[in-house]
Order: sequence, then C-alpha cells, then structure tokens
Amino acid sequence: MKAIGIILAGGNNRMMRELTNKRAIAAMPIAGSYRGIDFALSNMSNSRIQKVAVITQYNARSLNSHLSSSKWWDFGRKQGGLYVFTPTITAESSNWYRGTADSIYQNIHFLKSSHEPYVVIASGDGVYKMDYNKILEYHIEKKADITMVVKKLTDRSDINRYGVVAMTDEGRITEIEEKPLETNLSTVSTGIYVIRRRLLIELLEKAAEEDRHEFVRDILVRYKNIKKIYGYKLDTYWSNISTVDAYYKTNMDFLNKDVRDYFFKQYPDVYSKVEDLPPAKYNFGANVKNSLVSSGSIVNGTVENSVLFKKIYVGNNAVIKNSIILNNAYIGDNAYIENCIVESNSTIKANARYVGEAGPQIVIEDSPLYY
Amino acid sequence: MIKKEMIAMLLAGGQGSRLGVLTSKVAKPAVAFGGKYRIIDFPLSNCINSGIDTVGVLTQYQPLRLNTHIGIGIPWDLDRNVGGVTVLPPYEKSTNSEWYTGTANAIYQNLDYMEQFNPEYVLILSGDHIYKMDYKIMLDYHKANNADVTIAAMPVPIEEASRFGIVVTDGDNKITEFEEKPANPKSNLASMGIYIFSWKILKDALIKLKDQQECDFGKHIIPYCFNSNKRIFAYEYNGYWKDVGTLSSYWEANMELIDIIPIFNLYEEFWKIYTSNDAIPPQYIASDAYIEKSIIGDGTEVYGKVFNSVIGSGVVIEEGAEVHDSIIMNNTKIGKNTIINKSIIAEDVTIGDNVELGVGEEAENIKLPKIYNSGLVTIGECTVIPDNIKVGKNSAISGVTTASDYTDNQLASGGFLIKAGEE
Repeated sequence: MKAIGIILAGGNNRMMRELTNKRAIAAMPIAGSYRGIDFALSNMSNSRIQKVAVITQYNARSLNSHLSSSKWWDFGRKQGGLYVFTPTITAESSNWYRGTADSIYQNIHFLKSSHEPYVVIASGDGVYKMDYNKILEYHIEKKADITMVVKKLTDRSDINRYGVVAMTDEGRITEIEEKPLETNLSTVSTGIYVIRRRLLIELLEKAAEEDRHEFVRDILVRYKNIKKIYGYKLDTYWSNISTVDAYYKTNMDFLNKDVRDYFFKQYPDVYSKVEDLPPAKYNFGANVKNSLVSSGSIVNGTVENSVLFKKIYVGNNAVIKNSIILNNAYIGDNAYIENCIVESNSTIKANARYVGEAGPQIVIEDSPLYY
Repeated sequence: MIKKEMIAMLLAGGQGSRLGVLTSKVAKPAVAFGGKYRIIDFPLSNCINSGIDTVGVLTQYQPLRLNTHIGIGIPWDLDRNVGGVTVLPPYEKSTNSEWYTGTANAIYQNLDYMEQFNPEYVLILSGDHIYKMDYKIMLDYHKANNADVTIAAMPVPIEEASRFGIVVTDGDNKITEFEEKPANPKSNLASMGIYIFSWKILKDALIKLKDQQECDFGKHIIPYCFNSNKRIFAYEYNGYWKDVGTLSSYWEANMELIDIIPIFNLYEEFWKIYTSNDAIPPQYIASDAYIEKSIIGDGTEVYGKVFNSVIGSGVVIEEGAEVHDSIIMNNTKIGKNTIINKSIIAEDVTIGDNVELGVGEEAENIKLPKIYNSGLVTIGECTVIPDNIKVGKNSAISGVTTASDYTDNQLASGGFLIKAGEE
C-alpha cells in the first residue's frame, strides 16, 4: 500500500454524557464483541496499510489497554507497525492537542520520516467497512488534492453534528459547513480523508504558523476554493457513534440480519482484541429473543431485543428489554431493565428497576468489587 | 547457556481411533471440545499457567489442523524468544528413518530438542485429557521427595480400577508395584499418563531402551526405571480429569460443562483456558429461538430450539430445527425443521431440512460396535446430509452423501455410511 494511516481517536464530547467519563469514544464497546476503533484499524489492516498511528488524548487508559498489543489487527511488523501518540512535553511545546490538525502537527515527525506518498486519515468513532485502496484510486483518478469520504444521510434529524458538504456532479466539493445550525444539504463528511503526505505536511505547518488547529475549520473550509477537494460517496453501511442516541441505535442495528451479515460474515473480517472467554451459557429459565449475546456471559433470565456484551451475568427472573449491557455487568435476580445502556462493571442489585422513558437511560452502578 | 528448569513434551501424534469418524481427518488432540476449544488447549494452557514456557508438541497422525491451531503459539503466550512451542514431527535421519513407533520412542527421537534447553526436569503430557492442573505443584512434590520419576495418579472407584494402569504405593507415596488393568486391583490409584522425570534419568532410560520395539512409557520406560531401583512416586491428584478417548466419554465430558455449576468450570477467572479464536462476533439468538441448559460459541446464529447441548462457533441452527443432548462443532449448518437427538456432529457439516437424527430403537453398529455405541449418532467433518433423511442410533456418517446413498431416505440404527475416499 502506498499510504500510511492516521486514526484520530482523541475525542470526547458531551453528547456521549456519562459513557465517556471513563473512556474515549474510540474505546466504546460496539456490537457485543468490538470497540469503536476496531473498525478503522481492521479497515487499515485489510487495506494492507502497514503503518498506522493512533492519536489519542482524552482518557486514553481504556483505549491503551485495548491497543496493548498490535497483533490482533495484524500490525506489529518489521515493516510498519502500530504507533500510539499521546501528547508529550517536548523542547518546543508543552501543549495538549489543541485540535485535530494540531494533534497531527505535534507528531509531524511521523509524517516526515515515512516514505509512503499518501496518508489515509480516519476517525475512531465510525462503524463501517471500507477498502481504502478504492478511495486512493479515486483520488489519483480525479487528480485531487484532498479526497474526503462522504455519506448521504437519509435521516437528517441530527445533521447539525456533522460537517456538511455540497459537491458537483463530478464530485468536487464546493461547500463545507462545520456543524451548521441550519442547512438544506444532506451529505456529510465521514471524517475519512486521503491526502498526499507532502501536501499534508505543508498544510499543517502553514496552519501551525497561523495558530490554527482544526483540520476541518482551519484547513478544509479555508482551502476549498484553492485546493481540489473531492468527495467519494460511500454507499455501504456507515454510522458515527458519538452521541448516546447514535451509539444506542448503531448497536441495535446489529440485530438486523443484513447489517450483521455484512460485518460478521462477509470478507474481510473485523478484528478485535481476543479475551479468552468461555462460550456463553444458558441455564434453565433463560429466554432470549432477538438479541446478541457475547462470550463469557451466563444467562438465567429473559433478554429481548438487546445486546449483551462480554461476561454478562443475567440473574434468575431478571428481564432485559431493548437495552445494551456493557462488558462485565452483573444483573441481579428479578431486576427489570428496559431502554437502558448499562455501563460496564455495573452491579444491578436484585429486584432493581430501571426504565428509560425518553430515550435510552444510562445506568451506572459501580461495584465495590472493582475499586 | 540456555537453562530451563522444566520443559514439557506433549504427545499429540495418536489417531484416537476410538473416536471413530471424528478423527478420520484430524488427530485426537485437535478435536473440538466445549464449544470453542480443542482438546490440546487444556494441556497447553496448563503449561503456560504453570509457568512452563517451553513445550515440544510431538505430532504424527494428520497434523494439519493441529499445526494450524498451534501456529507459533500466540494464543497460549508460547511465542517466545527462547523456548516457546515447537511442533516436532518425525523426520528423516542419515542412519535410519522411522515414524514414531511408541510414546517413548517419539521422545527418544527428539533428544536433541530437549538437550538444547539443558533442563533439570522433563514433563511428559498427553494431548487427550481434559483437566486443569498446576504442574509446578507436582514439580515441588517431585523435588521434595528427591524423586527420579513422579507419576500423577488419581483415585478411581475400586470397581472401575481394573480398566486402568494402577499404582500401588507405600505410606510415603513411593510406588512399590505397578498393575496394568489388574483383575483384582490392590489399589485404586490410576496413572493419568502425566510424568515428571529428572532429565538424567529419562535420558539414560531412553538411550538404554533405544532398540526396544514400539518403546512406550507405561510398558517399557517406567518398568525399566522401577527395576533399576529408581525413586518413583505417585502424585495424587483429586481435581477434575477426564480421558476423552471414547465417543461416550467425549460426549459425557462435554455434557458436564452445561450443568448449572459445572464440576469443571470454565467461567473462573483463575486458570484460564486459551485457544486460537477463529470467530470474534457475538452470537445471535432470533425471535423464535429458545435455548435451555446449553453453551454456545461465538458467531453462532440460532433460529430454532436448543436443549442440553454444546454448540461451537459459527454454527447456524435454522428455523424450526430442534437440537437435543448433542454436540455440534464449528461452522456446521442445521437445516429447517431438522431434529437432532443425541448426536456428535463434527466441523463444517451441512445437514439439510427436515432431517431426523437419532430416531428409533437402538441396534448394534454393523461394523464397529465397540466404537459406535451408547445410542449416539456420529457425523464426521465436512459431511453433507440431504433433506428428509432419517438416521437411527449407534450410527456413523461421513462424506458428502446424497439421497441415493440411503434406502427409503433412511439409515437404520447401527448403520455405517462412509463415502468412497473416506475412512
């Protein structure tokens, strides 16, 4: 592959509410067995990009422990490898990453010391499968300076959380608005870009000189008439998980056979850290309908239209409906949970009742066992 | 100089012919077990959990699956700079070339492998037992007794003792007598086929007996050590241990995993069992599915009903299908409205719609009654069974079968259907 990869996994935002109190969005568990960043990492690996930097800043502990070995995604090679860049104090700078462009700029040695002609930039909060070679081919064919992957949204209800674009029939981007309050456009940027490495270095250095730090606002928007920015339309499944509602919906999407087959059965696979858990176990009283169940779980109660992550214990007569139960949670006997996202390591006491009324309720019941 | 206190030699070359069609294409240690594991995962995980990071795996019979599974040992953390796991097949030599003719002969042919680690002790294991054991404790026991050989042994009911190799010990657990399948056993301590040898003793015995035909630990090496007055001790083990050498014991050991609180508990944090994971995705349980008292592997999709069963990874159980008291291994597909009773179905099998397995009265298997009994239906890997077939008990099927292979869409109890090119 003629490109190196950069995954921006630094972020946190208020729209994830308490779910990102203890982890970066890229470390959010997805679809029972995965984490957000697995999709971008697996896409990089499956596109045969051998050298990948993950740039992270916010609460990186959970992400770092997920990335503790690069072997699960087939990185960790003599040629290339997986690099995790957190902010460090250097002779030149003692700043945190002040924006997306700044986070790459502070690691510009990674770009300068590489020899691959292109860079693929992706974010750690997208759920999708993609062969980045296809965008690279498109990028070369269009003689583009920057190619961004765009997706036409059918549901525009939360469009104001995206970068919104307008493009010509040939694919040239003519308008970019970052998180507009009001817009009649419906095509959004997925946060996936292809750019020539030398051009990226040049743009980042220029932006840094002017004390500008955001890749979209300070580079793409400002250069859209000077540089040729093209949009590559993605027509397969793509979802950004960075609000509670989107996170909930994305997980529930996997109860849909088409989505499941696309991610779980069609080549190539999505990889994740292997946790060596035993198979899931169903005892007497288990009654599971239309749900995903992950390894290490033990089910004694009722589970409907829900996603159980790894190592979940469901007590006798407990009922779980339309909910997402994150890793290692304990659901006590007779508990009733509906429309909830139960945080990992939670212990739900026997007979407890949690019902999300307006949208999914986040349930956090820390167990003394884990602290 | 490299120095490993104890290295393990894992005997994984046997066919395990008593598992019938399950081992027609794979060695017994590579047979799937407990939804996501293979039998060899248990001794390999025991090694790494006991702090043994150098393991030689002796292979001979159908090693492809085993080699692929072990790879460079990553799942067990046995990918090491020094030591780690090494697969040791028989090889051609300048003077003579022979297969491994017996357990001890196999070890003898790999003296050079062991020598390079300069060990104090060598642990001999076999690749067909299901158990969790800390070999470090056994080693401490070996050292405390100043023993030359320590044999792990477990108490068995005295009425069953005549099926095993029995050791008779004195008050200090020093072995005073061996009895191979005795009619009137003097003790109920059965040898588990797990030995710790002091390296010098083992090396000496292997070289002394190098011309012994089919040189075997139980038949030759241990008697030789005994007769030359070496200190041989029994290490009594009281945990769970199961030899899964027959179809019925294999079936039982799997079924023990689905008890409410299994005697052999895979859900404890301590002493994890590691395996090479083929599948990562979660399992999907559909709206019309029902599952009771079963364990199910990753990535499996259940649209039908499952009772008292052990289901592997990547399996599909279609709508209307019912699985009772059965073991289904990885990537097998069970068609619509098919009923499976008390069956062992190997990997990558396709069973059509409206099939019934395990119907009718029991009858003795027409070809191999000693192997196919206990009322089980056994289906070999990559087998295809077409729609609307009924299969009786104590039967075996292997290969791609079509409706013309059956009489009136039926294979009666005791039937044996192996397609050409298969064994």
